[in-house]
Amino acid sequence: MGLSTRLRRAARTESARGLALVSPPLFYALLMLAAPLGTILLFSFWTQDFLTIDRTFTLDNYREALSDPLYGELLFRSLRIAGAVTVVTVLLAFPIAYFVSFHVRPDRKSLWLFLITIPFWTSYLIRVFLWRVILAFDGPVNGTLMGLGIIDEPLSWILYNANAVVITLAHAFAPFAILPIFVSLERIDRSLLEAARDLGENRVMTFLRVTLPLAMPGVLAATLIVFIPTIGDYVTPRLVGGSGGTMIANMIQTQFMRLNNAPLGSTLAVIAMLSVTVISVALILLTRRWTRGPR
Amino acid sequence: MRDTSPPPPIITLEGVEKYYGDYHALRGISAEIGQGEFFSLLGPSGCGKTTLLRAIAGFEDISQGRILLDGRDMEGVPPNKRPTNMVFQSYAIFPHLSVAENVGFGLRKSSLSAEEKKTAVGEALEMVGLGGYGTRAAHALSGGQRQRVALARALILKPKVLLLDEPLSALDKKMREQMQTELRRLQRQVGITFILVTHDQEEALIMSDRIAVMFEGEIAQLAPPQELYRRPATRRVGEFIGMMNFLPAEVQGAQGDLVEVDVAGLGRAKLAQDQCPMGAAGKASIGLRPESLTLLFDGQGAERVAAGTVDEVTYYGDMTYYDIQLDGAPGVVSVSMRNMPGRRVLERGDRADLAWDPRAMVLFC
Repeated sequence: MGLSTRLRRAARTESARGLALVSPPLFYALLMLAAPLGTILLFSFWTQDFLTIDRTFTLDNYREALSDPLYGELLFRSLRIAGAVTVVTVLLAFPIAYFVSFHVRPDRKSLWLFLITIPFWTSYLIRVFLWRVILAFDGPVNGTLMGLGIIDEPLSWILYNANAVVITLAHAFAPFAILPIFVSLERIDRSLLEAARDLGENRVMTFLRVTLPLAMPGVLAATLIVFIPTIGDYVTPRLVGGSGGTMIANMIQTQFMRLNNAPLGSTLAVIAMLSVTVISVALILLTRRWTRGPR
Repeated sequence: MRDTSPPPPIITLEGVEKYYGDYHALRGISAEIGQGEFFSLLGPSGCGKTTLLRAIAGFEDISQGRILLDGRDMEGVPPNKRPTNMVFQSYAIFPHLSVAENVGFGLRKSSLSAEEKKTAVGEALEMVGLGGYGTRAAHALSGGQRQRVALARALILKPKVLLLDEPLSALDKKMREQMQTELRRLQRQVGITFILVTHDQEEALIMSDRIAVMFEGEIAQLAPPQELYRRPATRRVGEFIGMMNFLPAEVQGAQGDLVEVDVAGLGRAKLAQDQCPMGAAGKASIGLRPESLTLLFDGQGAERVAAGTVDEVTYYGDMTYYDIQLDGAPGVVSVSMRNMPGRRVLERGDRADLAWDPRAMVLFC
C-alpha cells in the first residue's frame, strides 16, 4: 500500500476528521492562551529592575506576594466580592430560570430567553458607566428614595465601594447564570415532579427533593461561569469600586503598567488563578453527588 | 371462581365532566369501582382514559361531578393527600437516587424507624422480584426493571387504589406478556384496587375483572371481559374489542322472547335479544365473531349452512384466518379455524360451506 493511499485512508477516519475540525481553534488557543500563560508563569520566577528583566530563577516574588498583607487582603477581597456576586446572581437567576421553564408557555420560552439577553445589546463598558450614573450621589436611585421621603440624605454605600461592584457585576452576569439553570430545569421530566407529589410530598418538598437536586448541574455551571471571570474583573472595580472596591486585577494592572514590575504582577496573576482553580475544583467535588452520572 | 357479587365501592364517579377550554374531554362519567377490583379503562388515544385516571390521582381538576375515594369527596384534595399512588407511563424513576431511595421516597413522613424503612424497602423490592437491587443506580436499570421499581415505590405506601397509566406500553412483547401475568398475581397478593389505563384490548381482557370502554370522553360499555367480548353494546365496542364481522340484517318481528331477523348471506335466525326494543322492525346489523363461524370440511353436516368463496387466506400456524365472500352478502366475513391434524387449509378461490350459530350473534339496531 502506497503512502498516499494510506494518508487518504487515514484522512477519512473519524478521528482525523475531528482533528481537522478542531485544529484552527486549537492552534488559536495554543497561541493566545497557552503561550501567554506560559510566559506569565516564567515571568513570575524572574525579577525586573526598571526596564531590564533579570532572568535568574527566584521565588522572591512569591515570598513578597505572600508576606505583604496588602496582596493577601486584595486577593481575599476579590474572592469575597466574587463570592457575593456569584451568590447574588445565582439566587436571583434561579427564580427567573424557574419561571421561564415552568410557567411560560412553551411557544413563548424563546421570546423570554431573547428578552433576557437584552443587557448584552449594549457594551459592557457602557453598562458599567450607566450603573455609575444610576447609583450616583445625585442619581435616580437616591433621587427617587429621597423624593418618596424614604431617606433624608443620599445613600453613600451604593457607589464607590464593594457593594457597587457586586450590583454591577450581578447585573452583567445575570444571563450567564439564567441560561445554564434554565437548561437544566428544562431537562427535568415533569412526570418526576408529579411522582413526588403522588408519593406524598407537597410542592416545597418536591422542589427540595427533586427539582433542586436535578437542577444542580445547571446551578454549578452558573456558579462557575459567574465566579471565575468576576474574580479577575478589573473594569468594574476601577469604575464603580472606589478605593474600597479595588480588586486583585487592579493591583496586577498597577504592577505591570505603573510600577514596572511585571514579574510581581505575573506572580499575583498566578496566585489568583491557583485560588480560582482550588475553589472551583472544591465546588465541583462538593456537588458531585448531584452532578455525576448519566441523566 | 371469583365471587361475582359486586364488592363495596372504593371509588365512586358521579357525573364527572372535564373541559379543556372548549374541548370536552370527559362527558358524564359515572361508575363504581369495587374494593380489590382490577379495573381497566380501555379506549383509543384521546378518548379521555388518561384524563380520568389523572383526575382520580388529583393531577387534573374536574369541571363538574364528584369523585369519591373511600367515601370521601376528593374535590380540592391535592395528589399528596389522596390515598392513591400511580405508576407513570414513563415510570418517572428519580434519576438522582438509587433504587432503594426511589422505593423509599414516599416513606419520609412515615412513623417507621430507619431500620423498619429499610426492611420495608427490601420487602417491596422482593415482592416485585428485584431483591438485592437496592444499591443500584436508577439510571442503570432496564425498562422492565424500572417498571418494577415504580410498582414497588407505589405499593410500599399501601395505597387504597393503585393507578397504572399504560404501564406496559414501553415494554417489548415478551416482557409485556410476562408483566401482565405478574401484575395480575401482584394485585391478588396485595388485594388492593388496581385501575389500569390501556389502549390494548387484549391486555385489558387478560388482566381485568371489569373493563370500561371509552370513546370520546364517554363510557361506551362497562362490563366484565367475557360479557364485553360476547355482547358488545355497540358496533363500535364490537369493532374495538377483538375482531367482529358485521352483516346487514332485516328485523322481521318478535315472537315471544325472540326476535326474528333475516341476515344477508346467512338466512333467517331467531335471536334472544335484549339490546333492541322488542318488535322494532327494520334495518339492523348482526355482529359475529370469526370463531363462531365454522368452515365445513367434507362429510360434516350442520343445521344452518351458508355458502361462499374463499377470498383470502392468512396462516398463523395454530390458526388459519379466511376471508370469505358469502353468496348474496356485501363484503367478506372473517372466519378463524384451528389447524388440526389431517385438516387441509383451503386456498383462494375454493368454494366453502359455513355453519353458524344464532346464539353467537349480536344484534345492533
